[in-house]
Amino acid sequence: MLQGSDLACVRGDRNLFKAVNFILKDGGLMQVNGPNGSGKTSLLRILCGLSAPAAGKITWNGKSVRTLGEAYYSELVYIGHLSGTKDDLTALENLRISSAFSGENISEHQAVEALVDMGLGGREHLPAKVLSQGQRRRVALARLLVSKAKLWILDEPLAALDVSAIQLVKNLLERHLKENGMIVMTTHQDIDMTAASIVQLQLT
Amino acid sequence: MFFWIVQRDLLLAMRRRSDVLTTLFFFVIVVSLFPLSVGPEMNMLRMMAPGVVWVAALLASMLSLGRLFSNDYLDGTLEQMLLSSQSLSILVLGKALAHWLVTGVPLVLMAPVLGIQYDLPVDALFVLTTSLLLGTPVLSLIGAIGAALTLGLRGGGVLVSLLVLPLYIPVLIFGAGSVEADMAGLDYDAHLSLLGAFLLVSIVFAPWAAASSLRVSME
Amino acid sequence: MAINWYKYASPASFYSLAGRMIPFFAILAFGLLVAGLYIGFFVAPTDFQQGEAYRIIFIHVPAAWMSMFLYVVMALWAGIGLAFNTRLSSMMATAIAPTGAMFTFVALWTGSLWGKPMWGTWWVWDARLTSELILLFLYIGFMSLQAAIDDPRRADKAGAIIALVGVINIPIIYFSVQWWNTLHQGASVSVTQAPTMASTMLTGMMVMVFAAWMYAIAVILKRVRVIILERERHTAWVSELNERGAL
Repeated sequence: MLQGSDLACVRGDRNLFKAVNFILKDGGLMQVNGPNGSGKTSLLRILCGLSAPAAGKITWNGKSVRTLGEAYYSELVYIGHLSGTKDDLTALENLRISSAFSGENISEHQAVEALVDMGLGGREHLPAKVLSQGQRRRVALARLLVSKAKLWILDEPLAALDVSAIQLVKNLLERHLKENGMIVMTTHQDIDMTAASIVQLQLT
Repeated sequence: MFFWIVQRDLLLAMRRRSDVLTTLFFFVIVVSLFPLSVGPEMNMLRMMAPGVVWVAALLASMLSLGRLFSNDYLDGTLEQMLLSSQSLSILVLGKALAHWLVTGVPLVLMAPVLGIQYDLPVDALFVLTTSLLLGTPVLSLIGAIGAALTLGLRGGGVLVSLLVLPLYIPVLIFGAGSVEADMAGLDYDAHLSLLGAFLLVSIVFAPWAAASSLRVSME
Repeated sequence: MAINWYKYASPASFYSLAGRMIPFFAILAFGLLVAGLYIGFFVAPTDFQQGEAYRIIFIHVPAAWMSMFLYVVMALWAGIGLAFNTRLSSMMATAIAPTGAMFTFVALWTGSLWGKPMWGTWWVWDARLTSELILLFLYIGFMSLQAAIDDPRRADKAGAIIALVGVINIPIIYFSVQWWNTLHQGASVSVTQAPTMASTMLTGMMVMVFAAWMYAIAVILKRVRVIILERERHTAWVSELNERGAL
């Protein structure tokens, strides 16, 4: 269970948000909505433990995420708007290495399978710099296919994706929710997701 | 994980070989400028050689620090590293090792050749190479702290030199000192032992300090 | 008597406390300075070896002591700020740095003024002067790093890390420089003072040391107040002060 209580975030002199409260249970989806600059990305980074909130705290199963540290990170996948794909590495290398960071050593075979599932069959050995924005996004999202993490935190996962890829990702997310996983995401697209519980968090 | 990161950074360096060569050529050019500025008098050059080679190694190693974290920072990989289920210190140690293999080792290998330009005797060449072998990893490790602290800052490249060059001074003194001691017919073991001690201390503390710096810089 | 010290850990109450303390330390600093300079320049006897030039130690020695001591104090405050996330401690560290750097510079400058008549040259690569120079570099590094970072919280923490790394390195640097110096110069020059120091000289110097202390405290408190105002300019208590015209 992920719980945020009384969260506040300050950037420079500006109060981005304050008194943000939520509880996210197993199988739950939380959609963070709000206009540009309302602090969606900041909130997601705080939820990951990358930055500390100006006030309030976040707990994972009752323990503060700042003290859990690596134990929390091993249950978490974060895909930010920078997807973390290296231009000079191939799609396959990118996927295997980014999975290794989260402590999951996947075989070459598994990685190829995941890339094929993401519609990148035949492009596994191309360096990322020749892929299009959407394709690079797919490489980043392929990590979700091989991940065993319970909590997914996704910043605009659907950006730059075409219709078929959006459908692909939607199915992937719903499968994760059905398997009792949890998702926190921001998106500008309207998608209808089915989940055991859906929390809508509105930032202004 | 440690080997993953070393392997990855080496792979990236292999795909961008020109970066590696730039550092090496910088080192060679700086060392070669000195005879042109002070004159070709062999006795003087022989006396200056250890200091010149060491200062050039310091500068070359420092200039390449910018690449240590900034590429990963710009494309978002660094965020992933911070969220790794492995200890961030180990990751930093891996990156520093890769940095040393890519920038430090070529300097160590090139040093004897440059020493010959300065007419150093054979045993002094040997001591010079050994001292660089022990000292350059310390430069990469201490430099990692500076690189982590200046991540994403305006003028980070110049700033990093202000931060790390004073910290490099002990390595410089004992590195260059070992060669001078040898040429003066003195024992150089103590110098090399101290360099070894610096290396051990920085292996223990520097990755930890650099990891905390990364967390601070990424907030 | 139980004083609630934690009360003063909040910038707002420390701001007013510091405001009340500054005049006290400033007056003390001024008084001690006048007394110390008087003893140093009129009471203390002329040194039989160094003549009148030795009198520069009344400024040089306190400055050199303060420069080293303030670095340690700065690192201590910065470390406390990093460990316990107390903003005020980090502000103290930031406020100490310029004063420390100023004393370092004064120590170098007066050292060089003293070196000219003593050694016949403005600069000697003596172990202490060289260490002092490196200390100046460390101060400059700390201040430049903090100046380059816009977000004050990041500046505090990054500064703390570099200050702590510096403090660990100072003994190593000092020791290295000593070794380097003995290797290269042998005993050609020695900076050690004459073994016996007239007691008035010692008194004068101690008075000057206290003057330097009081000056440092007054200036640092003043600077901390400015930093507090700058960082807290959007809070209610600062605008209240402003409305009352108390700024």
